[in-house]
Amino acid sequence: MNNDSPYKRTVHMDTVIIRTLACLAAGIALLILFGIIGYIFFQGLPAINWAFLSTEPSFLDQTYGIAPMIINTVYITVLALLIILPIGIGGAIYLSEYSKQGKILSLIRFTIEILSGIPSIVYGLFGALFFVLFFNMGYSILAGAFTLALIVLPIVVRTTEESLKSVDPTYREAALSMGVNKLYTIRTILLPCAMPGIIAAIILSVGRMVGESAALLCTSGTAYQLPGDIATHYKNSGATLAVQIYQCFTERPPGMTDATPFAIAAILMLVVLLLNFLTYIVGKGIKRG
Amino acid sequence: MTIIETKNLNLHYGDNHALINVSLSFMKNEITALIGPSGCGKSTFLRVLNRMNDIIKDVRIDGEVIFDGVNIYAPDIDPMRIRKNIGMVFQKPNPFPMSIYDNVAYAPRYHKVKKRAVLDEIVEKSLRKAALWEEVKDRLKKSALSLSGGQQQRLCIARAVALEPEILLLDEATSALDPISTFKIEDLIQDLKKTYTVIMVTHNMQQAARVSNKTAFFLLGDMLEFGDTEKIFGNPVNPKTQEYVSGRFG
Ligand SMILES: Nc1ncnc2c1ncn2[C@@H]1O[C@H](COP(=O)(O)OP(=O)(O)OP(=O)(O)O)[C@@H](O)[C@H]1O
Ligand SMILES: [Mg+2]
Repeated sequence: MNNDSPYKRTVHMDTVIIRTLACLAAGIALLILFGIIGYIFFQGLPAINWAFLSTEPSFLDQTYGIAPMIINTVYITVLALLIILPIGIGGAIYLSEYSKQGKILSLIRFTIEILSGIPSIVYGLFGALFFVLFFNMGYSILAGAFTLALIVLPIVVRTTEESLKSVDPTYREAALSMGVNKLYTIRTILLPCAMPGIIAAIILSVGRMVGESAALLCTSGTAYQLPGDIATHYKNSGATLAVQIYQCFTERPPGMTDATPFAIAAILMLVVLLLNFLTYIVGKGIKRG
Repeated sequence: MTIIETKNLNLHYGDNHALINVSLSFMKNEITALIGPSGCGKSTFLRVLNRMNDIIKDVRIDGEVIFDGVNIYAPDIDPMRIRKNIGMVFQKPNPFPMSIYDNVAYAPRYHKVKKRAVLDEIVEKSLRKAALWEEVKDRLKKSALSLSGGQQQRLCIARAVALEPEILLLDEATSALDPISTFKIEDLIQDLKKTYTVIMVTHNMQQAARVSNKTAFFLLGDMLEFGDTEKIFGNPVNPKTQEYVSGRFG
């Protein structure tokens, strides 16, 4: 081998330094992340058992369980989705298929951008004034669901709009050339093609809603009994899992231990991991389809 | 008999005068080829004929397009109905991401054909017309995207003829295909002429000479020469046409 070969590999000191620093930074970030997750699971998982999952906090027996919070979280999330999906998807269809570029459109876009930057406690304040008081819903799951719907509106609209826009434009052209109207094209081609994106939007929104606490404290309140009648439960106040973690530090529900907030946090984190996994699966579906 | 004609047609994209005073008439059951160098306005002209330019912003169209005796740009005309009668096939095969059957049945379903037996019949007839039936009859429920490029393009032709249009517009419909698929589609076009009127854009001079009855030569938005294909390719009047068809520019 000729040592003077012009193709010989040379070592650049600056590359080595930068690479080392980058690895170090990534390592620290990973360490912190896994440290937090590990700590929470370590503290919380031992406290999770069937009674913990299936009972309500009881003053009489001084026992603790999160069944009402699980029900409230599912209830409020489903309700919020029912409110936001027609509005959000409809809005996205309008923005991507019907609206003409112009001042009003950029105003709508700008507003949606702003909405996604507002801190959630501000949404809570708005929800308390608007839904709880003005619309007279009281501290209720319904008021909370409306507030959550508002919070995820930008996610739903933007993600759906993006996926509608990314549908092969030649499909629109072909459909147009066959004399079919826009609604038919949207229903038969655009929405099915955009479906993976819409599902991703739903999953992202669910993640956001499950983790929300500040906005719900001011709207759906902090009650933690099991609902008597599920059908009318939307009128009641009810704490979600995330709200309950906050309550563990303020009013300390009966029967809770120091491990309780960690146990709830561990469950929330498992849910979030599961949602991320689902997004990943759907994402793979998009690439394949 | 004239089936569609343009009278003093001018089209502007913003400031770009893309079609200049084009007057052309097309005969029923004939194949007309539109030729000319890239950017001369062939696609634009083709899309004027079924109002496909309506969706583009800043387009201004003056003049008349007379189809079946009416000006299709008159204010009381529904462009959807025009497009139903004037089908189009594009350069890139663009079947919908659904089954072969659903692709062909797509427009008939919209236009209120509901009965299964009638749909089946339309699908078979259209696929036969597009010379695709034998190849796909056993896998009508399979995704259209599983077909080869040439088959996909014939499927697009089947999809367009499923509505029994009077005119079929083809915009470089074979330019993305291999020679064998191209010949198949050329044969097919010859066949389609019995029932339809075909107007096709092509960059392939041999194809225009082989397939068409009439040829129109476009240059920079002007329609310079129009006549029998033999005349345009054998003995054109305009020296520019002569230069183009003999391959000296374009
Ligand atoms: N959507 C559009 N907006 C603005 N200008 C356009 C648009 N489509 C075409 N043009 C312009 O109109 C002129 C004619 O374009 P056209 O696509 O009709 O040409 P063509 O003859 O089909 O070319 P090619 O052979 O490359 O397909 C060109 O100058 C082009 O830039
Ligand atoms: Mg073109």
